[in-house]
Amino acid sequence: MSDIATSLNGASFEGITRVEEMRAQGMITLRGDFADPAFVSAVTGLVEADMPGQRQVSTGAERSILWMSPDELMVLCTYAEAPILEAKLRDALADQHALVANVSDARACFELVGGDLREVLAKLAPVDMSPEAFAVGDLRRTRLAQVAGAFWLSSEDKAQIVCFRSVGEYMFNLLKTAAQPGSSVGFI
Amino acid sequence: MLILECPYCGVKAEETELTAGGEAHLKRYGPGSSDDEFEGYLFTRENPMGVHFERWRHSNGCGKWFHAARSTTTLEVFGTYSAQTTEPPQEIKDKISARHPGWSWRDQS
Amino acid sequence: MSTRLAKGGRLIDRSKTVKFSFNGKSFTGYQGDTLASALLANDQMLVGRSFKYHRPRGIVASGAEEPNALVNLGSGVTHEPNQRATTTELFEGLTATPQNVWPSLDFDIGAVNSYASRLLTAGFYYKMFMYPRAFWKHVYEPFIRQSAGLGKAPDAETRDPDTYEHFYAFVDVLVIGGGVAGLQAAKTAADSGAKVLLIEQTADWGGRSLVDGGSIDGKPAVDWIKDTLEALENMPNVTLRNRMMGAGVYDHGYALGYERLTDHAPKVAGPRHRLWRIRAKQIVTATGAIERPLSFAGNDIPGVMLAAAVRDYVVNHGVSIGDRTVVVTNNDDAYRTAIALNEAGLDVPVIVDAREFGGGALMEQAKALGIRVETGCGIAKVHGKKRVTSVDICKQAGEGAVLWSIPCEAVAMSGGWSPVVHLWSHCGGKLNWDDTQAFFRPDASRPPKGDDGEAMVRVAGSANGELGLNAGLQDATAVGQAAAAAAGFEVAAVAPQAAEEPETPIEPIWQMPQGAHYGLRLKSWLDFQNDVKVSDVQLAAQEGYESVEHTKRYTTLGMATDQGKLSNINGLATLSNALGEDIPQVGTTTFRPPYTPISMGAIAGEARGEIFQPIRKTPMHAWHEANGAHFEPVGHWRRPYAFVKSGESVKEAVHREVLATRNSLGLLDASTLGKIIVKGPDAGKFMDMMYTNMMSNLKIGKCRYGLMCTENGFLTDDGVVARIDEDTWLCHTTTGGADRIHAHIEEWLQTEWWDWKVYTANITEQLAQVAVVGPNARKLLEKLGGMDVSKEALPFMEWRDGELGGFPVRAYRISFSGELSYEIAVPANLGRAFWDKLLEAGAEWNVTPYGTECLHIMRAEKGFIMIGDETDGTVIPQDLGLNWAISKKKEDFLGKRAQQRSHMTDPKRWKLVGLETVDGSTLPDGAYAVAEGKNANGQRNTQGRVTSTYHSPTLNKGIAMGLVLNGPDRMGEVIEFAAVDGETMIGAKIVSPVFFDPDGEKQNV
Repeated sequence: MSDIATSLNGASFEGITRVEEMRAQGMITLRGDFADPAFVSAVTGLVEADMPGQRQVSTGAERSILWMSPDELMVLCTYAEAPILEAKLRDALADQHALVANVSDARACFELVGGDLREVLAKLAPVDMSPEAFAVGDLRRTRLAQVAGAFWLSSEDKAQIVCFRSVGEYMFNLLKTAAQPGSSVGFI
Repeated sequence: MLILECPYCGVKAEETELTAGGEAHLKRYGPGSSDDEFEGYLFTRENPMGVHFERWRHSNGCGKWFHAARSTTTLEVFGTYSAQTTEPPQEIKDKISARHPGWSWRDQS
Repeated sequence: MSTRLAKGGRLIDRSKTVKFSFNGKSFTGYQGDTLASALLANDQMLVGRSFKYHRPRGIVASGAEEPNALVNLGSGVTHEPNQRATTTELFEGLTATPQNVWPSLDFDIGAVNSYASRLLTAGFYYKMFMYPRAFWKHVYEPFIRQSAGLGKAPDAETRDPDTYEHFYAFVDVLVIGGGVAGLQAAKTAADSGAKVLLIEQTADWGGRSLVDGGSIDGKPAVDWIKDTLEALENMPNVTLRNRMMGAGVYDHGYALGYERLTDHAPKVAGPRHRLWRIRAKQIVTATGAIERPLSFAGNDIPGVMLAAAVRDYVVNHGVSIGDRTVVVTNNDDAYRTAIALNEAGLDVPVIVDAREFGGGALMEQAKALGIRVETGCGIAKVHGKKRVTSVDICKQAGEGAVLWSIPCEAVAMSGGWSPVVHLWSHCGGKLNWDDTQAFFRPDASRPPKGDDGEAMVRVAGSANGELGLNAGLQDATAVGQAAAAAAGFEVAAVAPQAAEEPETPIEPIWQMPQGAHYGLRLKSWLDFQNDVKVSDVQLAAQEGYESVEHTKRYTTLGMATDQGKLSNINGLATLSNALGEDIPQVGTTTFRPPYTPISMGAIAGEARGEIFQPIRKTPMHAWHEANGAHFEPVGHWRRPYAFVKSGESVKEAVHREVLATRNSLGLLDASTLGKIIVKGPDAGKFMDMMYTNMMSNLKIGKCRYGLMCTENGFLTDDGVVARIDEDTWLCHTTTGGADRIHAHIEEWLQTEWWDWKVYTANITEQLAQVAVVGPNARKLLEKLGGMDVSKEALPFMEWRDGELGGFPVRAYRISFSGELSYEIAVPANLGRAFWDKLLEAGAEWNVTPYGTECLHIMRAEKGFIMIGDETDGTVIPQDLGLNWAISKKKEDFLGKRAQQRSHMTDPKRWKLVGLETVDGSTLPDGAYAVAEGKNANGQRNTQGRVTSTYHSPTLNKGIAMGLVLNGPDRMGEVIEFAAVDGETMIGAKIVSPVFFDPDGEKQNV
């Protein structure tokens, strides 16, 4: 839909890493019992990705599943597909104690590409960003400066960051500041 | 600045990711309880120099509440454990006993 | 005079001159100079004035411990006060001005204080300025403000143009201090494979050995330093950072590193300072030692310097302090200064050694160079005003009778060395007094402990009290190994061997000469910056100050910007002598971070300007900004208070918005309202616990206003709850309450009723929500079309999913204004487009976006309460006449038991009423209603207070709500409220809080 407006409408910045707001990302929050095979098979079947391990991202052919807490997952899909997938998941989990909510509009998503992206994150989050402590496929929910957020590396030179939509502009300016030219730390 | 390991997501989180939630293992008294019981539940708190049991929430993280056993004087952390329990696990109590023989806290020892 | 020598200067590049200015005069120095060395090279001995007496002050030290050479650095937007010249690397165009001088550095009016110094003794502030009382405001304070204080605060209107940042680093072993001990400890730890970060506060690696020499493993120390540094640089598990100070050590292995990136090169891009927030499994502090001054009369005259500093300036910068330097000492190390000066071709007329038998091999070496050595002697007095002209030598054991008077330009003093134990002590490491070496050293058996209850800090080298080169290396190797092992890494280490001459032990000297009479003690400075003398500390002891912490505050000893780096040990030794106690009994004052001051910018990091704090914005925020919104903060949100049109005041805008909405059509951006899903088989039972009213019996498709209390019984939030399906409820919270209430709900679920099958999700930001309000609200929605919003299809307090104008919506028929009103939720990404559509379609009804003030007025006209206005954390729903929303059927809900407590059921609790002023004016916010008599404190008794007050455009008069004693029983009575001046009384009649449309005819159409 042409009326779709994300927090920053795809703004970008080039510094010691590239910072870009991702346009509309489909996201579905799922809560349920991971120990229940019926929950797991319903979710993995519809999303077509494996269940992620603790603090992991499981990437399927078209969608991903993020581990958010011991009873919460986040499914990533296209923005257009989210309401459809939400309905399918809700149907499939109707007989179980589970919660499904489309939260695609509730978030702002950013991508860091190349350069010193690990160091840019390490300026904002109290997280050990060294490769031995944080690998591709790991996910971390934490704070970035003063707001809550989650991030993961989809590859060695690509990081995804998610925060609440209302602080999207704050997050973009934060990442821009942390990525300012001349600010490479040379530690990680 | 403290570090506590969140037992739910396994993160060794620094204090800025956490929110302190006061004393652990309070028993709730609702309608029907005596004034003394209710007052004790609502207002009376331990203030120990030494072994203490507390509630923390991994608020800038997985959002889960958990329990921590630590010393208020040395800040040694004896362990963190699930919030879905009414008393500390034996394993943590043993660890405390090894450090502080004869310790007691409320009805725990 | 002090000058640049023709030769020498390890650090300077004589081919590169650097221009700078001090006190308005232009100077040149060399690349590699510090501001201090460049000033000395230009014979600028006088650099400032002391705090109290405005005595002339010269450079004393060569590093972070410098108490005197504090300057204002830069100007305008880059102005920064209290910068130490000794740690400021010189750069082209540097501008500095002296501090605490009035009217000028060379002629300072305040220096008359010096003549009155017998009056300005310990505690002078407390004694002098007490009486007469009225003098404080008009005489004392203005004078003190003009004459005391250090640097000038930056102009309030300037904005620091530099940027700053934080950086989180995680390492196995953090080594603080890049001298020989730090290098060796880091190398040893790194050899184990541990991840090591080694930091050094100066630009230079190697510490004192660069100047003091020695040989390690058969090669000169400088070569060993170079080789070790190179080895460390080549190890992938090691990071080296110079110009980075270990600022503080905190709980659980947390340490702050203060990296100065561009202070020495202001034109380089990137942040100026970086604050490293380091989490280390083990911390090794190898922070060296600081030389102590000696207490003799006139030891503060410019030209009297620490002995090691004198040799640093000669060796590092080729700078001589004077042609003739008298060396005075109680230990062997100062002989190195005499030898270095001699080697540079300068004269050392005499070495005055307080020890009866003098020193060891170094003394012999000095003697062999032909330098006169007088043992068992001390300095009775230094002569000179703005610089040293001569010294009087006396017997150390005597009272100061002059044996010889020796002309000189400089005095190099050494009272021994104190290990830098600050970082060890920051987090609870304990100290022992070492009687032989006369200093406090870390007690390894009482270390700062980490989260595992084991030692987290270890100390290596001089900082650990191992002053000798070889002893330091052995210590550093063992400490590096132990730190690695504690971090989980094993290494077999062999310590390098250093050759050194044995030294004769120090003899502690706390006053020179030991029997100095009062006149000499009155001129024997302990704290140069704060003007604390031996006599002051002795007086404090006499007056009964026994605790070192009290003496510190009474005398201001060690309270200056150097925090007593030079003065503390001498001061507390003086105190312990005066008290007749041992030094360890008196103890030290508390060491607090940071080690030396760090910039406010570094502490703030990125949090400045537009990212000072997160500002939450709704999807319609940009429209608000572009359309005159006058914003107010609500939590982190910025909500439009009113939309101000050109030519209109804010007040007029609010007035217009109220009338337009009441008469036709208004729009409110309600996206900030919290929206929390509560779902599960036990959700109904859980909702009944969370809310005071019954929520489990709410029918699907319907809404109900609900109240939430804390377990204390106090009202904490309110909002409309919608029943979505059989096991799903949607809770609306207040704007500021979404995160707090979600956390509150989760807390009870996770920690009390964890066996209940309920899940929650905070979907606040998924939806943009618009309140469409006013008599024409329905017409607008019908014009958009797509769903039936008629009275029959969507009755009051119900909701429906559907489509409006092509947008997927959930429409709630709820009202916070008393008007016909809908709240429409759409996905947030469509929020702006939907808002635009409503504005476009509503034009024919003069659709008027309104802000929070209009919302407040309309709700107050209707007598609706507002969390945070009518509630303040001590108000229960019963106080607000909300008994109808408190279930009597439910056995339990949060707050129920508390609301049965005697104080909560007290009939004397103030209750909510409406208030109407007799004269139609608007009551002041928060005004109290006065009652007869006074309370125990002599204050007037009160019987109520205003909680909300507005001018109502609808009714064209002031309306208010308030809590009043027995209020609901006193309808029609006029009570008096005190105006802001506390004197004027405003009469107000107690009325029903519902001022407008009491029967709800307007919303129910």
